[in-house]
Amino acid sequence: MASIVQPPSVVRHQARYEKGLLSWLATTDHKRIGQLYLYTSLVWFLVGGLEALFIRSQLWSPNGRLVTAETYNQLFTMHGTTMVFLVIMPFSAAFFNFLIPLQIGARDVAFPRLNAFSYWVFLLGGVFMNVSWLLHAAPDAGWFGYAPLTTKAYSPGLNIDFWVLGLQILGVSSLAAAFNFITTIINLRAPGMSFMRMPIFTWMSFVTQFLLALSFPIITVAVTFLMFDRFYGTNFYTIAAGADPLLWQHLFWLFGHPEVYILILPAFGLVSEVLPVFSRKPLFGYNVMVYSGMLIAFLGFGVWAHHMFAVGMGPVADSAFSVMTMLIAIPTGVKIFNWLGTLWGGTLRFTTAMKFGIALIALFTIGGISGVMHASPPSDLQQTDSYFIVAHFHYVLFGGSMMGLFAGMYFYYPKITGRMMSETLGTVHFWLTFIGMNLTFFPMHFLGLTGMPRRTWTYDANQGWEFNNRLATVGAFMIGAATLLFVYNWFKSMRSGAPAGNDPWGGATLEWSIPSPPPDYNFAEIPTVTSRTPLWHGDPGPGPATYPAPFTPVQPRTAAQLGITMPTPTVKPLIAAMGLGVAFTGVISHKNLFLILAGAAIFVGTLYNWLLTPLEPEHH
Amino acid sequence: MATAALAHAPAHKHHTSTGLDSTKIAIWAFIGSECFFFASLISTYLIYKGRSLVGPFPHEAWTNPATGEVMKPILNIPVTSFSAFVLLMSSLTMVLAHSAVLRGDRKFSKIWLLSTAALGATFLGMQAFEFTSFVHEGLTISTNLFGSTFFVLTGFHGAHVAAGVLWLVTLFFIDNKRGLGPRDAINVDVCALYWHFVDVVWIAIFALVYLIK
Repeated sequence: MASIVQPPSVVRHQARYEKGLLSWLATTDHKRIGQLYLYTSLVWFLVGGLEALFIRSQLWSPNGRLVTAETYNQLFTMHGTTMVFLVIMPFSAAFFNFLIPLQIGARDVAFPRLNAFSYWVFLLGGVFMNVSWLLHAAPDAGWFGYAPLTTKAYSPGLNIDFWVLGLQILGVSSLAAAFNFITTIINLRAPGMSFMRMPIFTWMSFVTQFLLALSFPIITVAVTFLMFDRFYGTNFYTIAAGADPLLWQHLFWLFGHPEVYILILPAFGLVSEVLPVFSRKPLFGYNVMVYSGMLIAFLGFGVWAHHMFAVGMGPVADSAFSVMTMLIAIPTGVKIFNWLGTLWGGTLRFTTAMKFGIALIALFTIGGISGVMHASPPSDLQQTDSYFIVAHFHYVLFGGSMMGLFAGMYFYYPKITGRMMSETLGTVHFWLTFIGMNLTFFPMHFLGLTGMPRRTWTYDANQGWEFNNRLATVGAFMIGAATLLFVYNWFKSMRSGAPAGNDPWGGATLEWSIPSPPPDYNFAEIPTVTSRTPLWHGDPGPGPATYPAPFTPVQPRTAAQLGITMPTPTVKPLIAAMGLGVAFTGVISHKNLFLILAGAAIFVGTLYNWLLTPLEPEHH
Repeated sequence: MATAALAHAPAHKHHTSTGLDSTKIAIWAFIGSECFFFASLISTYLIYKGRSLVGPFPHEAWTNPATGEVMKPILNIPVTSFSAFVLLMSSLTMVLAHSAVLRGDRKFSKIWLLSTAALGATFLGMQAFEFTSFVHEGLTISTNLFGSTFFVLTGFHGAHVAAGVLWLVTLFFIDNKRGLGPRDAINVDVCALYWHFVDVVWIAIFALVYLIK
């Protein structure tokens, strides 16, 4: 092909984008964008964790006075908002980005520049939300931001403005990414990869993208109403004008419950990749795993009002939502048993990734069981707004999502970095996290059942809450120490870890067939797929005797040598995101019209320029 | 061998699993998402229907608190019926524009693209006229629940029409500069899907807000 030879000027131009800062700012490579998501979320994880440690220190003893009540409100609001929107979701997004194209045998996502745009907008949203700390105006009305509490009449400061606008920005990022991944999975699968041959992580991600695409518009509308109420004096949440005090709650939880599955399904997918490899068995009941994922997502849209049993919806609504909620336990239970079925009779290898995977099964089950308890309205009325609920959702979010994400990080570390992560430090990290997690959240069940309310700034002595609060605080600091150890291990192993080779674990799916880290073009030749486990050829075998599996190092050829055309690196997505940033800064600066218009002009101008420029270098 | 050809072709351009262009799948995903967006706005309008404490009301007479005068319902259904008709006709011209691009008829593709944009702009002009006359009659975004839900719902629809007009005008200029042929059909196709969707949403809004009392 004549197009392989490129003029020297083009080659020089491209070299500038291969290394250094510019290569990251201008990247459209899904693997690099995945890593940007990963490292950014890691930073927010430390920030959100620090907020948690402040909360736990404040509650160490009765009548604690470490922080003021106002600061405490900001701490728990930002802890929740951060962990949901800036940690678990983007950690999952890191895996969507890094893994989906590799698992389906594609060169990149369907819209690489839109993908970069999603990341930059996410970064911007996180920074925007956290800048509020510097102005002593961090959001302070809970991560669920109940209106009318969040209307101007009751929350006059900038705090809620930051929250409202931050959520709008993050929504743009999530929606753009969802359209991108839906298209990628439908349209870029390698020849032979039918839907029922897709790796289970890709399946769970696929389901998650639909949840994102369909639930984020609802929160966008809810937050837009709040924004209009606060900025332009509309009456959506003004009770005096006849507004319904439950409108926000309905809209928010219509989004909020699918959001719960947005947080957990990717982690389920990761664990479903890890368990088969270290059990040397294909995933038990693959089809049922896929269908139960879809069923969870579908039912997830019909259970939102179980967050609202205490508002007085009446026995009919309460019963209906209660039944729907208990129904969801069925597909979830099916998943748990399928994982156990995968382990059963397998040749188990307890690597760190495997330990985290098994921990998810155990801890998520505990969270699931307490979930079934407050699926029953009479029981929920006792538990709602108490620490029992805090215990429940930390068992599913930390015990479930975070454990699954950690499993994924240990499992895919060799693929991302090309080196093995220290298993010794990993094991210490696992046990510290596992023990710390249970020490923090298990006592909260008792605190809740003995009446300790959630979101409380402090509590009196002689309530009998002191001992369990102390346990929780000790546990929280253990998790903190474990996390620092994890970060240390991550960066240390990047330099000193043993080289991994293509397939250190004896994996089954396409991502293990290519070098680690993968070359920019992923696959020198797009593979043809004939089964769900292409690398196992029908038999997982005993797997490597030691990790990493022995291999012969091969220097992958460059895209130019192979004659593969790659997308031109471009900073336009970054500039477009910055345009949005300027506009939103304008809105929060007392609706500064100049900044709003300037930001909009940058955004629209860059978008035109971007859309009218082809993705790849034109060659004739 | 097919795989060798694939290795040289950017997957997202020349080979796709469904044979469809990726843009087309993405626009459908976007439209699905937009359905939930408008569904939330319309549901809120319906939930708040008839709950405004003070006038103006859409379908009922109301008393002006300042003058004590009894006022007519505020919606002007004949005028809006006409603007709804204009928007519906724009879907027809959109189809004609798409078919002209498909057969490479540059003259008519330009005519129909521009007519579609013009019909959209007429709709927007009539909406601006409607909004201003409502404000003159005493209905603003903060007057009552009807004002808030009405202006935000129809305003967001109008913003979608405006984005569509901008898109159509852009296509017209590209057509004018270098001509849109069959190989550009996908770009016009995607724009048309969006445009028809915005029209369909208006049918729902027009029926639920204006026609049903």
